[in-house]
Amino acid sequence: MANITDKIVKLFPDATVVEGNDPMVTVADSRWHDLAALLRDNEELKFDYLVTIVGMDWTEHLGCIYYLMSTEYNTVVGVKVLAEGTRETPYIHSVADLWAVAVTYEREVFDFFGIVFIGNPDMRRLFLNLDWKGYPLRKDYDEDPALNPVSTESERQTDFTDVYSLDENGNVQKKEVRVFEKDDFVVNIGPQHPATHGVLRFRTAVNGEEIKKIDLYCGYIHRGIEKLCENLAYPQTLHFMDRMDYFSAHNYHHALCMLIEKAAGIEISRRAQVIRVMMDELSRIASHCLFIGTYCMDLGATTMLFYALRVREQILDIMEKTCGARMTFNYECIGGVMQDLAPDFVQDVKALLEVLPKNIKEYNEIFTGNVIARNRMEGVGVLSREDAISYAVTGPSGRASGWACDMRKLFPYSIYSELDFEEVVMTEGDSMARFKCRMREMEESAKILAQLVDNIPEGEYCVKVPKVLKLPVGSWFQLTEGCRGAFGLYLESDGNTKPYRLKIAPPCLPQAAVVDHITRGQKIADLITIGGSMDYIVPDIDR
Amino acid sequence: MEVTTKSMPYDAWKDNEYIEKLVKELNENGTNVIVGSLDKLINWGRSNSIWPLTFATSCCGIEFVSLGAARFDMARFGWEVARSSPRQADFMMVAGTIVHRMVPVFRRLYDQLAEPKYVIACGGCAISGGPFRKSYHVAKGIGDIVPVDVYVPGCPPRPEAMIYGIMQLSRKMKVERFFGGVNRQEKQKEFLAAHPVEGVED
Repeated sequence: MANITDKIVKLFPDATVVEGNDPMVTVADSRWHDLAALLRDNEELKFDYLVTIVGMDWTEHLGCIYYLMSTEYNTVVGVKVLAEGTRETPYIHSVADLWAVAVTYEREVFDFFGIVFIGNPDMRRLFLNLDWKGYPLRKDYDEDPALNPVSTESERQTDFTDVYSLDENGNVQKKEVRVFEKDDFVVNIGPQHPATHGVLRFRTAVNGEEIKKIDLYCGYIHRGIEKLCENLAYPQTLHFMDRMDYFSAHNYHHALCMLIEKAAGIEISRRAQVIRVMMDELSRIASHCLFIGTYCMDLGATTMLFYALRVREQILDIMEKTCGARMTFNYECIGGVMQDLAPDFVQDVKALLEVLPKNIKEYNEIFTGNVIARNRMEGVGVLSREDAISYAVTGPSGRASGWACDMRKLFPYSIYSELDFEEVVMTEGDSMARFKCRMREMEESAKILAQLVDNIPEGEYCVKVPKVLKLPVGSWFQLTEGCRGAFGLYLESDGNTKPYRLKIAPPCLPQAAVVDHITRGQKIADLITIGGSMDYIVPDIDR
Repeated sequence: MEVTTKSMPYDAWKDNEYIEKLVKELNENGTNVIVGSLDKLINWGRSNSIWPLTFATSCCGIEFVSLGAARFDMARFGWEVARSSPRQADFMMVAGTIVHRMVPVFRRLYDQLAEPKYVIACGGCAISGGPFRKSYHVAKGIGDIVPVDVYVPGCPPRPEAMIYGIMQLSRKMKVERFFGGVNRQEKQKEFLAAHPVEGVED
């Protein structure tokens, strides 16, 4: 891994290597766009997937860390870019022309840190109101509720967005441009709409029945988890992981525990690892079940919800016996898991594995082959492999487009490298493929469970960890596979008991951002099909 | 007067003092026989077909979906007709966190509900902000935005707890005066007068 940074520096002498746990280079803002283009296009590097942009406030500097991944060589590198300009008007050059998802990521950084991206075509706030005072993730943010009171007054709306450029003197210039064309007919879908799966809002420009453009409007459930984490001790930050993508509660919890353990150098027992992986896979089955239920309900097959929730309830029972809750389990902890498995865990999992194939067969008989379902799903919302990578659509949605992006295979963590399971990859890229991909993933998860259920080793379920946990100074980045895709976590520590910065890169934000791209020219009724098949969870988008 | 629902014995309720207080308030000035009987009839009908608004922002909403599915089956109690339009719904189950940006939308949804309307604050976030109370972008409970009838604690509450909460609402409906209303509606009016929607002239 170390040679990747050397290679970059050799190809691009203006970049310098940053010493740390993960490969990282740094470059001045003026050369950043050139480096980005080289990183993406050079045959030896090919960093075609922008994982996330971590906005940072190092008090004397503002800046960003771009995490890039090469889908061909399976390497990850971080690029640190410090913002130019003053603290009032910091700016960095945009890379929105290289990676499509950067438009959304840069808006997020602008919202939280006030860093302006030169050349981004849509530089509005993403989560907060237009008139929000201050940038909440800056260290000197004034949290006085009087500045930003809770108001029942409707927020200000605008049809314009800002585009920033640099003039010849190096000053930042702002220009207003329209979001939609002047005569567009705009329909508002959401935030309170039964088919948006939560409080997501699409401002949709339509031409008759056809969609011309969608403006994604989120923030209706933005709870500021990243900022909250900065004021909590490491074990306390864990419980927020349950409340973002509440179906991937175990997976996200597992991810943050692993990251903290990696940083603190804690080795956990094999038993705890097996338990964690089993819980992850159980969650995956339960999550995909609910996807099938709600998705079919969106398409008009309400009965499927009841069929699908039957299996989900069975899994929730297993979890409840062990974790004591049906949702938001708070089960994994630093050093292992909170409690040992319930006595009849093995028996219950076996019972589940017995009924699951029958149930999947039943779903396929009822729904997958149904002619109405096929007409509504086949060929609708086709996402090509290149676009999936450029828009960073991971998880089953990305794999349905032919991109093998399963982090369990690419960067095997925990005990995944020892397990025998297949990565489900399809090539059609339409809504049907996304649906089928999840169906087949349930079978693969069942396969993993079958391998582990009789082989849960004896041992302690939680190793001893210090009561007050201090991490060494440094930064760590990690990618794991949630139920909906690649879940990135960036942790920076200043040697304290609290994280200096915890960046959560959820899989659902790009999945919602890509909806605009794949619905263009499609019928408005297909928006429900396409949005549903992406299976985004709104609290995961907004955090 | 023992106020209960069909499937639950009166003694099984945990907070009968509260309902008894309501009953006392209701009977304070005596009740007209005809109006009283009509009230009972109407309340019987209303309390057995409470239609919720499909409204969920986060985790609690998923438990509400479970509530609608076969296992917990809220159809047993006449609540299964979840409406997507507030104009057709009787009550709003506020399942999830309400954040700054959502507040005006949420208040508008409430204002659009047809009278008589009710609100259940479901889960820690709706009650007080829950685990996100210290966040810069979370409303600290919906009690400051709309009048709340029933609070259901939990994070998220189990479906059984939600059933208990909605049954509690149904009991409250039974001790209401529909004609010449005193107890509930006036309080609601007072609340709304004290919490006007900013930027809107009535």
